[in-house]
Amino acid sequence: MTREMEIDGIKVTFSEGETILEIAQHHQNEIPTLCYDPRLEPFGGCRLCIVELEGARNPVASCTTKATPGMVVRTTTDTIEAYRKTLLEMVISENREVDVSPLRGYAAGELADLRDKYTIDGTRMTGAKSGTRKTDENPFILRDYELCISCYRCVRVCAEQEGDHAINVMNRGFHTQITTEFDGLLKDSACTFCGQCIQTCPTGALGDKKALRAADAVTDAAPDKTRTICPYCGVGCSVDILTKDDKIVGIHPAMDGPANQGALCVKGQFAYDFVQHPDRLKTPLVRGADGELHEATWDEALNKAADGFRKVHAEHGRHSVYGIASGRAPSEAAYLMQKFIRVGFGTNYIDNCSRA
Amino acid sequence: MSNPLVDMQKPEVIFCIGTNMTECHPVAATGLKKAIARGAKLIVADPRRIGLAELSHLYLPLRVGSDTALLLGMAHVIAREGLIDEDFIEKRTTGFDEFFEHISQWTPEWAETITGVPAKDIETAAMWYGKADKGAIYYTLGITEHICGVENVQSLCNIALMTGNVGREGTGINPMRGQNNIQGAGDSGALPNNYPGFQSVTDPKYQAKFKAEYGREVDLEKGITKVTALELCGESIHAMLIDGENTLLSDPDREHCEHALRSLDHLVVVDIFLTETAELADVVLPATAWGETDGVCTNTERRVQRVRTAVSPPGVAKPDWWIICEIAQRLGFEGFDYHEPKPIFNELCRVSPIYAGLDWDRIEKGEYQWPVPHKGHPGTPMLHEEEFVNGRGIFSNVHYRDPAETISDEFPVWLTTGRRLASYHTRTQTGRAQGIDYLLPEESLEVNPADIERWELTDGEWCKMSSARGSINIKVKAKNRSPRGTVFASFSFADVPVNLLTGSGYDPVTHTAELKVCPVRLEPL
Repeated sequence: MTREMEIDGIKVTFSEGETILEIAQHHQNEIPTLCYDPRLEPFGGCRLCIVELEGARNPVASCTTKATPGMVVRTTTDTIEAYRKTLLEMVISENREVDVSPLRGYAAGELADLRDKYTIDGTRMTGAKSGTRKTDENPFILRDYELCISCYRCVRVCAEQEGDHAINVMNRGFHTQITTEFDGLLKDSACTFCGQCIQTCPTGALGDKKALRAADAVTDAAPDKTRTICPYCGVGCSVDILTKDDKIVGIHPAMDGPANQGALCVKGQFAYDFVQHPDRLKTPLVRGADGELHEATWDEALNKAADGFRKVHAEHGRHSVYGIASGRAPSEAAYLMQKFIRVGFGTNYIDNCSRA
Repeated sequence: MSNPLVDMQKPEVIFCIGTNMTECHPVAATGLKKAIARGAKLIVADPRRIGLAELSHLYLPLRVGSDTALLLGMAHVIAREGLIDEDFIEKRTTGFDEFFEHISQWTPEWAETITGVPAKDIETAAMWYGKADKGAIYYTLGITEHICGVENVQSLCNIALMTGNVGREGTGINPMRGQNNIQGAGDSGALPNNYPGFQSVTDPKYQAKFKAEYGREVDLEKGITKVTALELCGESIHAMLIDGENTLLSDPDREHCEHALRSLDHLVVVDIFLTETAELADVVLPATAWGETDGVCTNTERRVQRVRTAVSPPGVAKPDWWIICEIAQRLGFEGFDYHEPKPIFNELCRVSPIYAGLDWDRIEKGEYQWPVPHKGHPGTPMLHEEEFVNGRGIFSNVHYRDPAETISDEFPVWLTTGRRLASYHTRTQTGRAQGIDYLLPEESLEVNPADIERWELTDGEWCKMSSARGSINIKVKAKNRSPRGTVFASFSFADVPVNLLTGSGYDPVTHTAELKVCPVRLEPL
């Protein structure tokens, strides 16, 4: 059965169970949201996604309203837009600041983008600010709740996406605060420091401390992003490496990563800075007559490497040379390692590090 | 994995054995947590009360190294209770009648005497898994790093075949691979028994193919494994090329390993840090790291994905492929004239039937899971849907075997090893990442609080831990997740080299070391 409804005068089809917001998004119809993360259950908290539904007395939240055949929806009437602007003005009036570094997290700019879209200058509503910045000495997650708008995306991503339930909501109304059990440190909670709360936060209330620290040392240009795969376990999570001036400043999970759909763990999210660590090998090293390793040019080192294999081969035959390929380097390295042994020595004396 | 990662949200009954997934594959574990939230039942078999055990509906705390006995007991119950999938067995498998006969002797009561798991819990596990329309098995090195790793895997296959839990959504036998490209390294032919694409080196068809491809005769018999090669160092093996592996810390029996590498005439190590292994080399060649290298990696669900360069390498570091080509060309080897990774990957695809439908440009978005037998093929998220690679699924009449070493008066405690959430392998990477120390500053030995008292140790103080191979000093930490009589440590920290102690034995077929079982003695310092 074809299900059909009308959005802003256009007839569209949909599948059972789809919400008005999802259908609108499929048709490139932009409805503003703040508490919405497509990976999470609809929440209906921020009310920004309200739309006019013919026959309904009040506007409805499009993220929680499932479509039914024959519905007639208007997403951007003057009244709806005025409501949205007022809602945003109220939200913004409680926050210390709206413009935050994009390095705070993947979604950190959502509130500022909406403020710009609705040309809010922050003068219509003023008054008390909500939320208290939490002192938490952990090196990863900034808990700047003065910027919290109680959208609960962090609480929900921790529960629904991670299954960790490390954080929840304390108090109500204006005094609402996101916290851990007993209002303690994240380290003393069920938190695994996966960083998902940082990446879903739409205001930068939760921020990536490591990225913010790294960015201090470089220009304030927007970071470049490079899509790649996490270097740790075999799950193969897609990530974007954030770089500035040839320096890695942070990691964003790839929300469309086929293996992870936006999820990461503490290693993938935060353990990237081994790459540009001062301990990295910068030149080839060759063992000298004194028994120590000394810096060498590529030619010297490669010649010595080749000479050693040539000599051993000549003295002890083909079966005296062995190759161990890496489970960490890309497949081109492993392929050439086995080719080196098979073409060069005509043996199958090759393995990789999967046995230990 | 036989099934894709997205399937992890779909089983009715999940059986995790020998996998500490919430720490070692945390993102995969999120899928299981979602399945549980949806109502799936989780059975966890592990000697330690790990995070997954806390999430489970049924926890089977088996003694280290007793997995085969547990699984034989489960197979017995599945057969006895008539929970077998007769249609599947008839159409897809072979050897069931003998197997049925074989398992009649291995009762859950017998399994209890070996594993320490109450027979009634073994029965419950078998009933849940056997009755589920969608039952999925997940395992990791807790199954394979034993002298009986092959029997353990065969035992898992047995219960999956009996119940028809293969080749359908939300089922399967799913090993989780531990390194970002360990699957790709095997796919690429860096194995003593297979050419690229798992084409056997003993099959004349493939021998002829690679003779033509590589322009020379290659041995007709299998090569030796790394384990054997290390044993033969100084005797028949005199030179090694090691790419990106800290063999000294990651392999069992460190003293043996160090002696082996030192006895080589020529050791060349390609790495990104001066690892403990690189320190022994005659030549150390600096490689570009993750984020500095373009290439391809294959994940645990056989998904072929691009890795990309984001920053410049330090100093004059070069990609691994460039380094290998340079050495090969200096030795006069043909076929190493590459100037970028793309043609290397395309060559791998050309010679590997499982990658035949792929090339560098096609994998841009990581949509394909191998096998991809030809261009236009959509890839294979799920294996064994219609038939098994070798035709029929084979039941294996396995027997339980004791670990290579068992506890004794001299070494009365079981040591088992593994990873922790915040550290990775030998910490060459995580140990150099800012902030990780906050979560995990040092290694410690997890000991049951009652055992601490019994063995006159002190929580937070150092103890001496000895095995038949050596001794190390390690800090004691009271942890309820260690059962009585079994202790746990990771092998990540260079100052607590746990692999000095391990290495009691190897699986005779795969040569995988029995890193999960090592009898030790603990003494206060």
